[in-house]
Amino acid sequence: MTKLIISPSPHIHSGDSIQKNMFGVLIALAPALLMGFLFFGVGAILTTLTAIISCVLFEYLIQKFLLKGKTSITDGSAIVTGTLLAMNLPSIIPLWMVVIGSLVAIGVGKMTFGGLGNNPFNPALVGRVFMLISFPVAMTTWSLPGTFPALDAQSGATPLALAKFSDSITEMMHTNNFSILNFGIGYMGGSFGEVSAFALLLGFAFLLFRKIISWHIPVSIFATVFVFSGLLHWGDVAAPFFDLFAGGLMLGAIFMASDFATSPMSHFGQIIYGVGIGIITILIRNFGSYPEGVSFAILIMNAFTPLINTYVKPKRFGKS
Amino acid sequence: MHTFRIGGIHPKENKLSAGKTIIRAEIPPQVVISLSNHTGAPAKAVVEKGDTVRVGQIIGEANGFISANVHSSVSGKVSKIDSQPDVSGRKQLAVFIDVEGDEWLETIDRSPDIISQCNFTKEEILAKIKNAGIVGLGGATFPAHVKLSPPPDKKANILIINGVECEPYLTCDHALMLCHADEILIGVTIIMKVLDVKRAVIGIENNKKDVIAHLSKLAKNYQGIEIQALKTKYPQGGEKQLIDAVIRRQVPSGKLPIEVGAVVQNVATVFAIYQAVQKNKPLFERVMTITGKDAQNPGNYLVRIGVNLSAIVAQAGGIPETTEKIIAGGPMMGRAVASLDTPAVKGSAGILFINNEQAQRKEAANCIRCSKCVNACPMGLEPYLLMTQSENSLWDKMETNHVMDCMECGCCSYVCPSNRPILDYVRYGKTTVGGIIRGRK
Repeated sequence: MTKLIISPSPHIHSGDSIQKNMFGVLIALAPALLMGFLFFGVGAILTTLTAIISCVLFEYLIQKFLLKGKTSITDGSAIVTGTLLAMNLPSIIPLWMVVIGSLVAIGVGKMTFGGLGNNPFNPALVGRVFMLISFPVAMTTWSLPGTFPALDAQSGATPLALAKFSDSITEMMHTNNFSILNFGIGYMGGSFGEVSAFALLLGFAFLLFRKIISWHIPVSIFATVFVFSGLLHWGDVAAPFFDLFAGGLMLGAIFMASDFATSPMSHFGQIIYGVGIGIITILIRNFGSYPEGVSFAILIMNAFTPLINTYVKPKRFGKS
Repeated sequence: MHTFRIGGIHPKENKLSAGKTIIRAEIPPQVVISLSNHTGAPAKAVVEKGDTVRVGQIIGEANGFISANVHSSVSGKVSKIDSQPDVSGRKQLAVFIDVEGDEWLETIDRSPDIISQCNFTKEEILAKIKNAGIVGLGGATFPAHVKLSPPPDKKANILIINGVECEPYLTCDHALMLCHADEILIGVTIIMKVLDVKRAVIGIENNKKDVIAHLSKLAKNYQGIEIQALKTKYPQGGEKQLIDAVIRRQVPSGKLPIEVGAVVQNVATVFAIYQAVQKNKPLFERVMTITGKDAQNPGNYLVRIGVNLSAIVAQAGGIPETTEKIIAGGPMMGRAVASLDTPAVKGSAGILFINNEQAQRKEAANCIRCSKCVNACPMGLEPYLLMTQSENSLWDKMETNHVMDCMECGCCSYVCPSNRPILDYVRYGKTTVGGIIRGRK
């Protein structure tokens, strides 16, 4: 004992850190990522590596040489952005496009606003949507899952694209030999990280168990999509299940919509935000020109987050 | 199992001295008894240099409505009345006494008998509590007789006894409930008589199963007293949180517990009230926990008010080598002290040694808006927002965001993954906003 330290209370800390949260998210993503690797082969692995390395590198370069400040690549957030971006891409996309997408995600989506926590839009989705608009063909040339385990994947239409041109989803699923079980495991075309709903749900359970996120955002999205899709396709029994399991809904709801910085702070605000995402997703899927709408729905609701935070406050003690 | 309904955390309990009995601390050759042993106006000294005093003799008289009497904790001679820095370093007027023997006033009943019969009237009891200088021993040190005299238009219908002890490390209330269960239960019936209530609930966190079992057995002999086990969660010992946990009613912002018909007292205060009413013993000693991960002998000590803290610590094995921070009180709301060369006061619940691993804060990073502070806040505030507003001196915004509801429990800073000093800023803003509000009147 030399000199005593004086500081205001509290004098203990939970030991939680940004790293713990980010690596927790990565652990939660691992099952879905592995299923993606199994179904879509080498392409998926290369896409993931390219995205992670580019995101971390761009964050480092921007912080070191443009902002001339401290670098924060060790906090793990760039790795999460890279992983999420990759999981939202077709596995057969040219890798140079992935590098450009990463630059936009980190450079425009994150660093221009002041880095982690200050970005209004989910960086991975900013990158993805930029790529979708810039490289429309490559971004919609979907791979089909190969024979298990796959070395290379073939290209073809996703179930959502097929659904877009079908009157009845139940019938479409029947003609194409789709089943919700296959969707759950991940045996369908699409971005390689979004296909395995069961693996994504496993990750959700882990996030809840480690209290990294609360249930409010994902569950309100699921519930809204299920109910709204059911109402819209009245009588088409498979439709609500289809909308839950097809496309990027699970990945988006569990991992992208619940992104700390871009989602509301209060539980009730989070539910409003989740309902908004659910409604916009179904509207785009049914009436928009794109077959899939989760990315746009999340980005649109990201824009409403500050407004929600201003008007929706947590329940205060003693206020009936 | 019940608990409060908004926010809260569950830090590692670290109750190293749990279940240990109470050790009587030795009396050093000199004690320094502060005349500001309570919330409110300092007491007025009624002794002079050279006076001989006995244990239990009044040395400071309550000076105003919110103030309390101060008694000598030792026998001996008053050597001077001078200022003395308190735990926070503020200078307070204090009575210095050179100890000679241990002569108690004859009026104090020192026998070990437990007296359960209480035939005093409500007014007599209140007068005894006031004369004995009893203050809230849970930490706030608010004069007990004031708290037990609700305004005439308000009626209490339940008495809630705080046996929660939600701060990690501290075990003094736990020890007291184990060693003096009957006295506490009699104390509760006395307070019930004062408030004219039929029901009293002693709330105890479920990490003290031995106390819950012991008190539940004894409580059957007393009418209207229930023991309620509560789910262990910090800050359940906060008055508003405890009321919510026990009767599921939330005291509105800026209001007192009597608004929902409740009066809350800490178990240690109840024990002091028992001693004052049944034994004629003023409040001049209390139980303190001396603890810390590297402490040689963590334990609960019965300490005379005014004894130098370093003298007590010396008896408990001294300051551990690894200590980098010393806390007066618990780790969540206690105060870091610059020196132990300061006397024990009525509000001293413990001394905690924090070792080099935990003493220093980690570097703060950006707020990642994870909303963990929002979920942890037991008052339902938005700590992250209040911090930013405080940084930017947006006092009016802080006021509309209810900064005055903050009770400085520290849950926000505790959970923050970015190690942001949230409470430091919120506290600063709260002090400023409080000043602005007072200035308007």
